[in-house]
Amino acid sequence: MKSRPNSVVVVTGLGATTPLGGDVASTWSALLAGKSGVSTIAGDWRELLPVHIAAAAAVDPSEVLDRVEARKLDRTQQFALIASREAWADAGSPEVPSERLGVVIASGIGGVQTLLGAYDTLKEKGARRVSPYTVPMLMPNGSAAAVGLELKARAGVHTPVSACASGAEALGYAMEMIRSGRADVVVAGGTEAAIHVLPMAGFAAMMALSTRNDEPDKASRPYDKGRDGFVLGEGAGVVVLESEEHAKRRGAKIYGVLAGQGITADGYHIAAPDPEGTGAASAMRLALEDAGIRPEDIVHLNAHATSTPAGDIAEAGAIVSALGAHAKNVAISATKSMTGHLLGGAGAVESIFTVLALYHRLAPPTINIVDLDEAITLDVVRDEPRALPEGPLAALNNSFGFGGHNVALVFKTYDND
Amino acid sequence: MAHSAEEVLAGLAGIVEEVAGIPASSVLMDKSFTDDLDVDSLSMVEVVVAAEEKFGVKIPDDEVKNLVTVGDAVNYIVKAGL
Repeated sequence: MKSRPNSVVVVTGLGATTPLGGDVASTWSALLAGKSGVSTIAGDWRELLPVHIAAAAAVDPSEVLDRVEARKLDRTQQFALIASREAWADAGSPEVPSERLGVVIASGIGGVQTLLGAYDTLKEKGARRVSPYTVPMLMPNGSAAAVGLELKARAGVHTPVSACASGAEALGYAMEMIRSGRADVVVAGGTEAAIHVLPMAGFAAMMALSTRNDEPDKASRPYDKGRDGFVLGEGAGVVVLESEEHAKRRGAKIYGVLAGQGITADGYHIAAPDPEGTGAASAMRLALEDAGIRPEDIVHLNAHATSTPAGDIAEAGAIVSALGAHAKNVAISATKSMTGHLLGGAGAVESIFTVLALYHRLAPPTINIVDLDEAITLDVVRDEPRALPEGPLAALNNSFGFGGHNVALVFKTYDND
Repeated sequence: MAHSAEEVLAGLAGIVEEVAGIPASSVLMDKSFTDDLDVDSLSMVEVVVAAEEKFGVKIPDDEVKNLVTVGDAVNYIVKAGL
């Protein structure tokens, strides 16, 4: 294995605001209880679309933040700031020099609601009425910048953009910042707020979204034969990553280790997954190699599994290809069955779920599998959470994005004694 | 459309409270927008545009840099409305 200035990167803080809850605790308990965050879209604009359902955030971020602060932040940035504050406080507000603190917050789309709202203002009221905050609110790096500004992070503030893999890529990038010695602490995550008529019309035009409008809570059903597309969610997940040395020096509580990442691209199609899953399988293999572990060490996998007919099968095949005969021994959770798909937020929120699954030794359930697709030969955790064994454990979290982006992250348990 | 200085101050104070979260009661004639009220350059643009709309006046971009204190803005708007 490569020798690096900081070889072990640990997770010391968690923050989230999701369709299941306004923080990590409420989200995690709803997840274990198998609750769906999907409901009928409140706005009349749903009638313009074939899709009438989405997984809106459980808590409106503009009601959490101060009014003046909220009006200068796009909804993606509001989610990111709320999740970052929770993660930072959870980590014990580490004392770290600005020059050693980084931020990596991803978004798949950025401030699209601001962009479209500003265009309406321009057309209806003229250019002078377009807010001077329009650009800072719509730029994809706006969330990372807002968090970086608040924390005075000066070791670098970054925004990877790789559609639905963005959030996972952010954690991987942050891990490399610490490994390479650029930073001691990095606040990393992903955010999205795209439940708006235009992006939804675009996803609907791709036939990517479920139209199970009459049964919103049953619409996101990865691995079920009746799955017909993903359900758009919104929210953010943010973690505090830290070198083990730094975390131990300050006596931080350590949730787990971010042990490896694998990043590949399909080179196959702009939106469709490679049915062979070659790139996805390579990403998982590279992540295991980077973490210095074998397939047999993996006990749990949080799948990308968005509930699309093609995507779920391609990933399942890739898991079997990467993990070989051991694949059937891995407890697979498809948590988008409850959260919907948070796009650029998904990889970060699901990394939190993976960390907590190892920390609590409890794999979250997958809901809405009534009729398991026979092409799925994996051991899917259904309906109820499942206990994971004692001892050192490792888990994978997969994230794939339109454009053919594949990111696999490996997390491990950490012995706090 | 003439406005008294008192009317303009009250209206402007409401705008500053809305945009920057500064209590209207602390928006006084001698206060500096940037130094005392923490209104940054972007928020100042919002204040100016809202004031133009409220008082039916035009405040050219060249003029904005001269509006250092609340009193400068009140006086400009009162004159522009005459």
